[in-house]
Amino acid sequence: MDLTFSPEQILLRDSAQRYLADHYPPVARPRIATGEPRNRAQWREFAKLGWLGLPLPEDCGGLGQGMVEVGILMQAFGRSLVTEPYVPTVVLCAGLIAQAGSQPQSHAVLPAVAAGESLIALAHVENRARFTLTHVETTARPDAGAWILDGRKTAVLGGADADHFLVSARLSGATRDRSGIGVFLLRRRTDGLSIEPYATLDGVGAAVVGLDRVATPADSLLGGSHDAAAILEASVDRAICASCAELVGIMDAVLDATVAYTKTRIQFGQPLAANQVVRHRLVDMSVACEEARSMALRAALIADGADVAASALAASAAKVKVARAAELVAEQAVQLHGGMGVTDELNIGAYLKRVVSLGAQFGSAEHHLRRHALLSGRGRTAA
Amino acid sequence: MDFSFTADERAFQAETRAFLDAKLTPDLRRAQALTPSVFAEPDVTLRWHRILFEQGWAAPAWPEEFGGPGWSVAQRYIFEVETALAGAPPLNPLGLRMVGPVIMKFGSPAQQRFYLPRILSGEDYWCQGYSEPGSGSDLASLRTRAVRDGTHYVVNGSKIWTTHAHHANRMFALLRTGDGPRKQDGISFFLIDTSSPGISIRPILTIGGDHEVNQVFFDDVRVPAENLVGREGHGWGYGKYLLEFERGGAMASGRLRAALRAVETMARRYRDGEEPVLGDPDVATRLSEIEIDIDALEMTELRVMSSLQTGQNPGAMSSSLLKLRGSELQQAISRLAVAVLGTDALFFEPRRPLYALNEPALLPDDALPVVAKYLDARAYTIFGGTSEIQRDIMAKALIGI
Repeated sequence: MDLTFSPEQILLRDSAQRYLADHYPPVARPRIATGEPRNRAQWREFAKLGWLGLPLPEDCGGLGQGMVEVGILMQAFGRSLVTEPYVPTVVLCAGLIAQAGSQPQSHAVLPAVAAGESLIALAHVENRARFTLTHVETTARPDAGAWILDGRKTAVLGGADADHFLVSARLSGATRDRSGIGVFLLRRRTDGLSIEPYATLDGVGAAVVGLDRVATPADSLLGGSHDAAAILEASVDRAICASCAELVGIMDAVLDATVAYTKTRIQFGQPLAANQVVRHRLVDMSVACEEARSMALRAALIADGADVAASALAASAAKVKVARAAELVAEQAVQLHGGMGVTDELNIGAYLKRVVSLGAQFGSAEHHLRRHALLSGRGRTAA
Repeated sequence: MDFSFTADERAFQAETRAFLDAKLTPDLRRAQALTPSVFAEPDVTLRWHRILFEQGWAAPAWPEEFGGPGWSVAQRYIFEVETALAGAPPLNPLGLRMVGPVIMKFGSPAQQRFYLPRILSGEDYWCQGYSEPGSGSDLASLRTRAVRDGTHYVVNGSKIWTTHAHHANRMFALLRTGDGPRKQDGISFFLIDTSSPGISIRPILTIGGDHEVNQVFFDDVRVPAENLVGREGHGWGYGKYLLEFERGGAMASGRLRAALRAVETMARRYRDGEEPVLGDPDVATRLSEIEIDIDALEMTELRVMSSLQTGQNPGAMSSSLLKLRGSELQQAISRLAVAVLGTDALFFEPRRPLYALNEPALLPDDALPVVAKYLDARAYTIFGGTSEIQRDIMAKALIGI
């Protein structure tokens, strides 16, 4: 048992923080407001730094690191409000391909991801799915050795400028059945595939993806699997780990800013931070940060182990704790900044927007609390 | 970074479990489960203390020169968690965890030779004379006075919330020997024989119906001067050192997890029609919510343990953070247990101790102590520095002004 960082991990943390502080735009507002096509030069810099291949297999140009290392990077991303689609492309999609793809599929796509040449988006969520991962109405029907896809996907993160899409579709069974789900790898320029980008509140950007009689060859079905529910769940659980680490970085940044602000803002002849009601609020924010740090790290460490059931439970537990903690910390940061906290002139509001966005992705805290209970044998299925 | 215990640590864990299976008797487990108060009665804890003492495991944190087992930080953590999960009664910490370390660090060689072996064996049973009727959170305002008179000090005043004073043969106490510019000046740390003439004890019943704490009166009590620890007037520093042990010395996650499991088992037994209460989605999510909070506390404990193990300072905030969250969780679990009882929460069994009732009780064992436990657990966020004081301490470390 050793929960202290190795020298390599400290190097990753320090170099990521330093690079982003020196080279990443410090003011978040313009990035969020304009919604312009993403600057690919920045993404290629991330590739040069080794970040895009960090968790990818070594034989596909990656570094073969685990979720703990991804978490270290994500904390730095959170602190600097990075809006590049790292989780959608690297953690979710590349992770899915590395886990479930055939060797030719992995070798065709992953080296390009690691090199910063290819962005991939996961087209999975549907309008009526809420947070049920097995809810897939999009259909795939066999047709002369190929598949024909029909359906409509929403909240496709990073979909506006993705080069590839991973699209989930139902090969058999009813809308929410666990079995009969497949995942297809499609190029952006595919007949019948329509992309309607929309701005998101945090500047990351998403798209609605339409599939109108999209014909795709048999070998585009990821791993040839008709039973991708478990692998989708595992990928989303890893995305939760990564986004929880990002939230920890965000919480650290807003807590630091709020402590600094309340120490310098003078009212009634003394700093705000001299008032016990403010001091105790700051302590509660700090406790929330520490507990969130513990839970994000715990989920990453368990995800890097071999126990899938334990990883699912740990991801849900982390989401419950970290999303709620981040909401508390970001909302109280706005509160303690007073009127300035509600303006678009500080980054505080941009952090809050990211917290709201991450809270709604991959299942809300409430959804994961119910999932945790069910996975633990509690609730309606209790015997 | 490595999230698993080493082979040696796992072997130690297995050894601990085997020991607990063999030596922690069902009646000891039952007595602890049926104890609503914070500490079990000495007839329970001292039996367990003697078993641990014979094994050489009574004082896991003590250095070997004073009779400790020489365990690593990880071994101590494993032992703490395993004994808690097994439902062992926690030993009275006032000697082993509190005054013991103070005597080791600040006591004279004679005091060390006399007191430490008696603490280790359980021969001496200690209580703590800190709070006074007029001095709670503002401990440094204490007024019980010790006046030097030849070879003795003469003590007058009163201490309150004195846990198990009615069982103890010794008390460590902060007493005022002088008045300095700051109220913390002029406080001294004494070791007192509670059979000394002039000491009287008034029991205080808790809202849970337990006699656990007392008020202790000193009326011209003569305490030998050699019972002063360290230097006269420096007791505040020693007392603060001790409070660090009171707050952060115990890792609570194992005990909290055992308590939550007991509530879950009870929720499986209680019925709502044909369904177990565990099937109620509200009960289910409350159980998960608390379990997740325990996971977070446990992980924070493990991070603190890792820092200590590698010689790093876990930070000024960690002991207050663990105390704050541990006490809040203790209360959350006891609150949920009451909710599971439904209308059975209206029964109240006033007789004590619950594990020694001669006639059948009103409720089964799992439900019997629940309401009293909930009521007594309100004290967790008050003793050892209230939650508000913990936040003050953390605020100073966080804000720096």
